[in-house]
Amino acid sequence: MKLRIIVTLKPGVLDPQGKAIEHALGSLGFDGVNGVRAGKIFELDVADATSDEAIDEMCRKLLANTVIENYRVERQ
Amino acid sequence: MKSAVIVFPGSNCDRDVAVALEQVTGTRPAMVWHGESALPDGTGLIALPGGFSYGDYLRCGAIAARSPIVAAVVDAANRGMPVLGICNGFQVLTEIGLLPGALMRNGALNFVCRDVTLNVENDRSLFTNRYSSGERITIPVAHHDGNYFADDETLDRLEGEGQVAFRYTGNINGSARNIAGIVNEKGNVLGMMPHPERRIETAHGGDDGRRLFEGLLERVG
Repeated sequence: MKLRIIVTLKPGVLDPQGKAIEHALGSLGFDGVNGVRAGKIFELDVADATSDEAIDEMCRKLLANTVIENYRVERQ
Repeated sequence: MKSAVIVFPGSNCDRDVAVALEQVTGTRPAMVWHGESALPDGTGLIALPGGFSYGDYLRCGAIAARSPIVAAVVDAANRGMPVLGICNGFQVLTEIGLLPGALMRNGALNFVCRDVTLNVENDRSLFTNRYSSGERITIPVAHHDGNYFADDETLDRLEGEGQVAFRYTGNINGSARNIAGIVNEKGNVLGMMPHPERRIETAHGGDDGRRLFEGLLERVG
């Protein structure tokens, strides 16, 4: 089973990298970019029998730091 | 006192902190590889050194925090053993959950490598008892991810309980409330981004870091 896990910064957590990207888009002449938030995507290939609980635990225990990040899982 | 320095792949201040501990305690620390599952018998102090464990992959300290030795470190910390995490060691301690909050990419995105002035916030801790509250000391920093983050409630609690050990005197990396180092609730775990082990003798340009190790030794015996 293929999974895509998307990790994003929680709302309210400052994202200086996103800000720098936003400014760079502005310097390239793209107007109207009102915000950029940088995140991470993990593509996992796991056994079909892997439970939802196990996937959730992988996210909480390692892939995301839930102090600063949210995550969501997409099954493909 | 017997101390243990935990060595991760990519640690690079493990020898510096070992020298500092040896100079102050008179005993050479045990260098404990992250893959070990137990600390040497008689260990009385644990140091998590600076560096770039696992190349900072995933998040700084994230993979080191899942090393086999960590269960023994958590167990020792819960029993009250002093644990000192410097720079990457601080990042590892937050990733383990022994300290609250997280260390994020510096606010200005730059690697900061220079001397900084710290304000000693609380001189009653195990680690700061040789300093005076309000004293200003100079200690170097060298990090890319030292931007301390915690939610407001956590920050208020840290300040209310006297858990902020050191504060920068200006904004050097975007840290919430200029926090440079914190202790846990019990006061036996310290994490700090600046490197006291790099300031323990006059040949280093100053010895403001030495009293941290001396104070610790005095309390731990």
